[in-house]
Amino acid sequence: MKEIDEIIAKNNWSKNKIVGILQDIQDRYGYLPEEVLFSISQKLNIPVSLIYSLSTFYKAFSLKPKGKYKIKVCLGTACHVRGGYMIVEYLKNKLKINPGETTEDGLFSLETVNCLGACAIGPVVVLNENLYGQMNINKVEKLIKGMKDEENKKQRGT
Amino acid sequence: MKKIKNKEELEKLRGRLKKEREKYEILISVCAETGCIASGSLNIYKKLEKEIKKIKNRKIKLLKTGCHGFSEFDPAIVIYPEKIFYVKLKEEDIEEIVEKTIKNGEIIERLLYKDENGKCISYLNEIPFYKKQNRLVTRLNGLIDPENIEDYILFEGYSALIKVLNEIEPDEVIEIIKKSGLRGRGGGGFPTGRKWELCKKAEGTPKYIICNADEGDPGAFMDRSVIEGNPHSVIEGMIIGAYAIGSNEGYVYIRHEYPLALERLKIALKQAREYGFLGENILNSGFSFDIDIVRGGGAFVCGESTALMASIEGKVGEPRAKYIHTVERGLYDKPTCLNNVETWANVPLIINNGWEWYSKIGTENSKGTKIFSLVGKVKNTGLVEVDMGITLKEIIFDIGGGIKNNKKFKGVQTGGPSGGIIPEKFLNLPVDFDRLNEVGSMMGSGGMIVMDENTCMVDVARYFLNFLKEESCGKCVPCREGIYHMLSILNRITEGKGEIQDIEKLKEIADVMKKSCLCALGTTAPNPVLTTLNYFEDEYIAHIKDKKCLSGVCVSLVKYYIVPEFCNGCHACYKVCPIGAIEGDVKKVHKIKQDICIKCGSCYEVCKFNAIKRD
Repeated sequence: MKEIDEIIAKNNWSKNKIVGILQDIQDRYGYLPEEVLFSISQKLNIPVSLIYSLSTFYKAFSLKPKGKYKIKVCLGTACHVRGGYMIVEYLKNKLKINPGETTEDGLFSLETVNCLGACAIGPVVVLNENLYGQMNINKVEKLIKGMKDEENKKQRGT
Repeated sequence: MKKIKNKEELEKLRGRLKKEREKYEILISVCAETGCIASGSLNIYKKLEKEIKKIKNRKIKLLKTGCHGFSEFDPAIVIYPEKIFYVKLKEEDIEEIVEKTIKNGEIIERLLYKDENGKCISYLNEIPFYKKQNRLVTRLNGLIDPENIEDYILFEGYSALIKVLNEIEPDEVIEIIKKSGLRGRGGGGFPTGRKWELCKKAEGTPKYIICNADEGDPGAFMDRSVIEGNPHSVIEGMIIGAYAIGSNEGYVYIRHEYPLALERLKIALKQAREYGFLGENILNSGFSFDIDIVRGGGAFVCGESTALMASIEGKVGEPRAKYIHTVERGLYDKPTCLNNVETWANVPLIINNGWEWYSKIGTENSKGTKIFSLVGKVKNTGLVEVDMGITLKEIIFDIGGGIKNNKKFKGVQTGGPSGGIIPEKFLNLPVDFDRLNEVGSMMGSGGMIVMDENTCMVDVARYFLNFLKEESCGKCVPCREGIYHMLSILNRITEGKGEIQDIEKLKEIADVMKKSCLCALGTTAPNPVLTTLNYFEDEYIAHIKDKKCLSGVCVSLVKYYIVPEFCNGCHACYKVCPIGAIEGDVKKVHKIKQDICIKCGSCYEVCKFNAIKRD
């Protein structure tokens, strides 16, 4: 809870900065945990309903935890005409999840994003914070395989 | 750093910086913005740093800069003073560069850009991509470190601000901007000086200044590049605007999808405060102004001015009807002047060089230059800055080098989801605000997505509506329902279930939306459908009547199969298929399992024997 106070203090305890506060919470936890939202509601005297409406309106927020590996596929126009949508189709098949969902083992989550502004090197895929340009299905396959291998190695190690 | 108080102190600092820079014999600039970093430019930078340290007898400066624009060939470096341009570098190349070029001035041919005929071009300014450009706003990208305010100061930075504060009355500043003919670069093209004037005259205090950096148009990254490459130009423009209008408080509303731009902006604001360009009593003039950053939440509609202001206030980003303009009642119901990143970045240029100079660039009603992100199926993708009035053909074929893989040009999409697709017959159209509107598209913020024969126009229209369906805030019925129904019709058509009456239905819904939506997101949403219907109706008919997608994009209408007579069992398609839908042993005829094929076309692209057919 101390962390939450810090985040609110950083935003001057201002009701107007509620979107900024939620963003900081999202950055810190990777999603917006329910109990945290209730606690902010009390601390700033903002109805939970309003916080809920903000959290579901803005795409940057998620009410559910995300996977260890967050895969974002850009579906901006430039990426679309160069085949970005095929990558999404492939990942849906491969991971057996839809965009916005996380695999059962909690390893992968799939998201689509409407343009990351790296259009010149599309199609673009972001894995956690790293951006990969000029992607195609085969390159994505290698990327996923790399992550799975790493996980397997870790499991064997422990 | 002690705050700068007047012109003399700024000049003195600039003099010192100039001398410092002149000491360097060689300057190497490494492009370090989002796209280039993704291509590996930071590793190139680190390696260069390491290698250069070993050279003791020469003074070499290494710079991490914004984008030089030629993104297709990243990571790239420019070596000054000759402007030797090396492209698509790998870490292994660095030692050779240092050994040959840096130490001995020798040019390494294999790292140079090669033109269409395979001719190597050594120097940046001789490359066709740059020849027809007029880089004004982006002139310093590649020359300055965006994280160092002194680099900006070195190149006339903050001179315009000092000039304004010392010599020009606020009303006169507005007059200069009006005479320059500058129009809003965010898409609408409203005269900037006029907007400032209206805001100034509006009753109520405080007045707010906003920079719209919520660049949501998919396929556009001009604003990101300006902020990542030269954030101070935007800040300086905003301070000048605030002085002219009489505002003490400003905001930059920036997309959360742009982490690097956000970081650079934060650094720039901090430095501007330290040097005395922001904060209380700027440069001893008695004028105070500061800027706060607000991060967007990933909602496209927040690029609309009223929705953006609601979002800054901590509300859901829904637009409101604009019978009262935001210049009168905007943020917190106070007079607010909102301009786009590129518009603000133009302001210092106009002040420094005079409105007469600026108004000579461009066409009669569209002055200055415009930055475009040239992307899609074009050879030289990247960021281009050109005079208003240049033709589409010059941008796509002379600067862009034509279509990738020598395919045929089909259309170019401008204006994002609010714009339209312009067909081949308008290639000679001069690009300015009014001419693009005449053909049913719009300037928009500057995304230019080139499409070739393999792009399906029905699919593109469907793509934009799908995008808008996600992004419509849902407040007004015509937008929410109109988009939904247009999209379901287009989905039907692309699945081969369309009927010929659908075309009329699309036009009818479009008409209602244009007349009755609350904000520009809705009123312009039908544009991609209307322009494709207007210029590519035959493609709609082919989908509806013949159940065919001739571009091979619409998955339900496409089938891939192998012609046994041509298949020699080279196994290439087997290897490339991402889901294992191809069966067959080496040197035997292969077959595609139709039930699991996802129709990605990888096999079609890889087959060298024309054995794979698309129907």
